[in-house]
Amino acid sequence: MLSSFAINFITASVNQGTALLYGSVGEIITEKSGNLNLGIPGIMYIGGICGMIGGFAYEKNCENPVPLLCVLIPLLLSIIGSALMALIYSVLTITLRANQNVTGLALTTFGIGVGNYFGGTIRNTLGLPFDFELRVCGPAFKMTLPFADKLGDFGEIVCSYGFMAYLAVIIAVIAAFVIKKTRVGLNLRAVGESPATADAAGINITAYKYVSTIIGGVIAGLGGLFFVMDYTSASWTNNAFGDKGWLAVAIVIFSLWKPKIAIIASYIFGALFICSVNIPGLSSSDKELIKMAPYVFTIIVLIITSARKKRENMPPASLGLSYFREER
Amino acid sequence: MTENKKKKNVPVPAAAETAAETVSVARKNDSGRKKHEQLIHIAKRGGMESWKAWLIRGIAILAALFVSAGLILVLSGKNPIEVFREFIKGSFGTSNKFWFFLFNTAILLCISLAVTPAFKMRFWNLGAQGQVLMGGLGCSICMFYIKDSIPSTALIFVSLAVSLIFGMIWAVIPAVFKSVWETNETLFTLMMNYVAVQLIQFVIAKWAPNGSGVLQPFNYISKNGWLPFLAGKEYLIYVLIVAVVIVFMFIYLKYSKHGYEISVVGESRNTAKYIGINVKKVIIRTVAVSGLICGLAGFLLVESGHTISSGLDKGFGFTAVLVSWLAQFNPILMIFSSGLIVFLQRAAAQLAFSFRMDNSLSDILTGVILFFIIGSEFFINYEIHFRKHKKEVK
Repeated sequence: MLSSFAINFITASVNQGTALLYGSVGEIITEKSGNLNLGIPGIMYIGGICGMIGGFAYEKNCENPVPLLCVLIPLLLSIIGSALMALIYSVLTITLRANQNVTGLALTTFGIGVGNYFGGTIRNTLGLPFDFELRVCGPAFKMTLPFADKLGDFGEIVCSYGFMAYLAVIIAVIAAFVIKKTRVGLNLRAVGESPATADAAGINITAYKYVSTIIGGVIAGLGGLFFVMDYTSASWTNNAFGDKGWLAVAIVIFSLWKPKIAIIASYIFGALFICSVNIPGLSSSDKELIKMAPYVFTIIVLIITSARKKRENMPPASLGLSYFREER
Repeated sequence: MTENKKKKNVPVPAAAETAAETVSVARKNDSGRKKHEQLIHIAKRGGMESWKAWLIRGIAILAALFVSAGLILVLSGKNPIEVFREFIKGSFGTSNKFWFFLFNTAILLCISLAVTPAFKMRFWNLGAQGQVLMGGLGCSICMFYIKDSIPSTALIFVSLAVSLIFGMIWAVIPAVFKSVWETNETLFTLMMNYVAVQLIQFVIAKWAPNGSGVLQPFNYISKNGWLPFLAGKEYLIYVLIVAVVIVFMFIYLKYSKHGYEISVVGESRNTAKYIGINVKKVIIRTVAVSGLICGLAGFLLVESGHTISSGLDKGFGFTAVLVSWLAQFNPILMIFSSGLIVFLQRAAAQLAFSFRMDNSLSDILTGVILFFIIGSEFFINYEIHFRKHKKEVK
């Protein structure tokens, strides 16, 4: 029914977009509490390398790796690593009231450094070949639903992804629900819009900021994990993830801080990203112009929302500002 | 809402010295929890003597270096003295390495100086990378299309002018939107970076003959438009140019009317308005200066490498934010903070060569040092009171 080109394009877009989706949903949750965590690109690298290290250590020390553990151990390590990074950010910006831009950039520098360092050094010191992959972990992450092959085109478009792709959508939907329709979400939004008011109402500002930043960081780290384990089949090349972390930050703006829009935005941006590779007959210079499109779209959205000043679409009012109770 | 009812039963605290303490005591009573003073109470300082602040920062740097040394020990398993020797070798081992260290410091310093006026005004210009790239693009366009038709000196000045203009325009676009519609400049300038990256890739794709993505050095036969070697040293002229920029920025920020307006707008927009400062004009003008100097940095980078790529700024666009902040926006101190960062980078490159460790070690060390300094700022800006059993007069 659909050409194989279209099918490949859609599946590739989804695969590209999933890492972006994790990153953007994580950052949306963080930004909703008023923390502008520019360390997300670094956290995504850390999520990836922690998973890689976990999987590597497990496969090396175990004769017959169990696929389930091959998924759980990297997952656990990735969560711990991302949580630690988000914790550093939280302590510095919430308790020590540091400048969020500088802290975030320092975290990104640190995170990318850690990721590249361990990835590069492990390869160098162990003399691994360039296309080294974890034998069991890669396929374990990529395992698709068993009946996918039998459903033809539909099967391939919808069912042929690793479990983390579905998990991303589930997390986004849950996040949207919690933020919009629960009391916890309401409190979170209050903290982000006006911490002074929320504090006066008795909401524990510190707790909400800490928890949302750490949860946001963990979710973003899962994006890095997906990229390393699923997309690149459990291999690591330095800077393979590139600047996609910043693209995730762009998606947060583009989706007006709403996780459900982020789902579609991530896939669209993923599609634009691979347009340059997949569409035949485009000159190489035109491909570069297409890669520019996501950022240009984001800038346009940024300008329009600030011009129209519609309350629901604005960034959280206290974004980037530290809260100090005595200064209310 | 039971908390509200309990308000009526608040006992008047016997001898609360500061209003802050009264508030904290009352607040504890309001929430109906234990009726005693918080164990740790934080208050903002009015100000701190400069030498004390730098002492705290110095301690933070020492602590950071200590932790870094520990990290290196764990990661490399080598004797710290040996590692330190390699550090020194990385920047000062040979004459070439020393000049390369100076050159990198000069460029990083240039970009840091560029973003400083914007930061002093609390305009978070994270777009230095894009502005540097556009400056470089301007220079490249001149070199590529003019080639040999005008004398070398003229070409240098034309390229410089175009670079400055390109960098300035790239910075002013977000500034205009910030002035008019309060568009978030952090995010806008960030996005402009990647638009610039793609523009560069586009131009390279157009110019590279066979889609290789690699350009021939500009005018490499005639050397038309290349900056001259001074005293036989390739990098000397770059260092001198940046030295001029340091002096300019120092005087501009501290002694000029513009510098005064920048600090007032940075402290309080309203105050500036009431004094009669045209805030919108100051914002755009200051960010234009920022973009201008970034454009200069782009010009210097293209001149030194004789080519352009999307990685032209070597990540210095973001590092400059950290360097400027580390030096508390003081141009003279920036010489040292940029030197420190470049020293670490060269050190990591040397370690990568000698001990087969990955280059990225410098990023880890930079991150650690920054975390400590960022954390130390807290102790400079706030003071901590501990719960006292006897209330003393402060």
